[in-house]
Amino acid sequence: MSSMSDIAAPAQPLDTFEEQAAPATRVRGYWQSVFYRLRHDPVTLAFGVIVLLIVLAAICAPLIAPFDPYKESIVGRLKPLGWHDHLLGTDELGRDMLSRLIYGGRVSLLMGVVPVLIASFIGGLLGVLGGFVGGRLNTAIMRTMDVFYAFPSVLLAVAIAGAMGGGIGNGMVALTLVFIPPMCRVAETATTQVRALDFIEAARASGAGTLTIIRYHVLGNVLGPVFIYASSLVSVSILLASGLSFLGLGVRPPMPDWGLMLSTLRQSIYVVPFVCALPGLAIFVTSICCNLVSDGLRAAMDVRM
Amino acid sequence: MTFYILRRILYAMPIAFGVSVVCFSLVYIAPGDPLQTVMPPDATAETIEIVKHAYGFDKPIPMQFLIWLERVLTGDFGMSISTRRPVFLEVTEALANTSLLALFAVPIAFFTGYVMGVVAGCFPGRWIDRLVTGAAVMGVSLPNYWLGIVLVIFFAVEYMLLPATGMGPNGSTGFHILEWSSARFLVLPVVTLAMIPIGILARTTRAAVAEVRNQDFVQTLRAKGLSEWAVTRHVLKNSLPQVMAVMGLQFGYLLGGSILVETVFTWPGSGFLLSKAIINRDVPVLQGTILTLSLVFVATNLVVDLLQSLIDPRIRRA
Repeated sequence: MSSMSDIAAPAQPLDTFEEQAAPATRVRGYWQSVFYRLRHDPVTLAFGVIVLLIVLAAICAPLIAPFDPYKESIVGRLKPLGWHDHLLGTDELGRDMLSRLIYGGRVSLLMGVVPVLIASFIGGLLGVLGGFVGGRLNTAIMRTMDVFYAFPSVLLAVAIAGAMGGGIGNGMVALTLVFIPPMCRVAETATTQVRALDFIEAARASGAGTLTIIRYHVLGNVLGPVFIYASSLVSVSILLASGLSFLGLGVRPPMPDWGLMLSTLRQSIYVVPFVCALPGLAIFVTSICCNLVSDGLRAAMDVRM
Repeated sequence: MTFYILRRILYAMPIAFGVSVVCFSLVYIAPGDPLQTVMPPDATAETIEIVKHAYGFDKPIPMQFLIWLERVLTGDFGMSISTRRPVFLEVTEALANTSLLALFAVPIAFFTGYVMGVVAGCFPGRWIDRLVTGAAVMGVSLPNYWLGIVLVIFFAVEYMLLPATGMGPNGSTGFHILEWSSARFLVLPVVTLAMIPIGILARTTRAAVAEVRNQDFVQTLRAKGLSEWAVTRHVLKNSLPQVMAVMGLQFGYLLGGSILVETVFTWPGSGFLLSKAIINRDVPVLQGTILTLSLVFVATNLVVDLLQSLIDPRIRRA
């Protein structure tokens, strides 16, 4: 049966790494070969550097932002690019756009990463549990997840955040709930496949307990797909979080956030059109870089989804 | 085949039931009393009791759910708090407007995305593949609300070619699809809505086509002397089920994504209704819209699954 969500759903997971043809001479370890492939992938490296720069800029915002992002100016409202010292113009309250964009990255990135981390943990746990134990427990977990799969992801996020009343915390809760089902499915599929392999049986025969088997033999094979899938969700999360803020369901003013800035500046497109498009450009660039890095990582780690 | 259809429909039932449970509980995850928004702040305890009884909030929650479900099944979604109109009317009117957008966006997105993916998949590694793959990544990473704003900036603000918002000229009566004065309001929202599905579909189709091309039977086809064109036909047919699954999901994306796009273009569809309901804290409308859209999504997935099994008999046996 096909998956029921619009978040790119993983159908068939991993080729097990062990199956790769062994090179005749020098044998590289798995991680060694991953890093070797990454080192020789200039595109992924370049976009990785950009992501790193964006993260650094957000962290060091107080050091590099030219102005106070909250300082309003009545005479300096809605000025175009390059007006006086304001390189990227000013917003509807006369606040410096560049500074607000730099500060805005903090919340936007936070809302992109935190829900994915929490969802990977909870979803991964549920998936491994269901996949390893199997039977009724697995059916119960996966059928519950199917219900959440039946909502388009944007809709589910908006519904939960909307009912809870918005705000950063509620937005993160909503996004986490949206990401748990697909995450759970990735972990479950990977676990079910690994569980049937002979080396699990061998481990059990040699006296390994269930926890040891899960820790050393299952997790080792499940973490790869989970990590890769999580990395591809970061960009989705950034887009969704900004979308929530855009609808007034995420970050509240006056806090700078890309989605919120886009929403408040929307009324001014007839005054300073290009300034109004900037926050969206920030979302777009961040999201595209995250996507490309995730693609590169997937290729390097040789995980098929 | 009949058995498969029946089984698949039976399988959709508990999902639809679960969806309605989630929608029902939306009222209860809302902070504060569900009646807070309708009651004046100085209402006496006695009045509150009466209203609670009238709305059935004094009954145990499972009872409330059954009563609610019964009403929903008969098409009674309650009253909108902000407009005092039946939610059912509001939702169906809005859904008709969203369908109008989807009617154009879906074929455009599916056709463009599919063609792009097929072309890229047939020439892996060539410049056209790189071009399509690059464009697809951009499409996937685009915040569509931002794309909408950028399109408005170019086509409505700078060059004044197309209207920025709304669904028809001022004072117009109804929407006439055949008149350019009405139809031009469709252009920007449809393009915006179609962009992300194009990217996702191009990516999936490319992957599916490239994968099928690597299978052994393709080599056999070539070996027995089929023309490249005939081989491609076989490849396309075999990659179709995978592509169709994604198309079904993307239909859901269009429904969900419409909330942001319709907000940007103040298009009076279900997404715009939803964002209005959020601003007004109008929980019945929120509930009704989300329930309707999700059920449409469940039904679409059902249809896609059945279509897939029609094309690929292997699915039926699984």
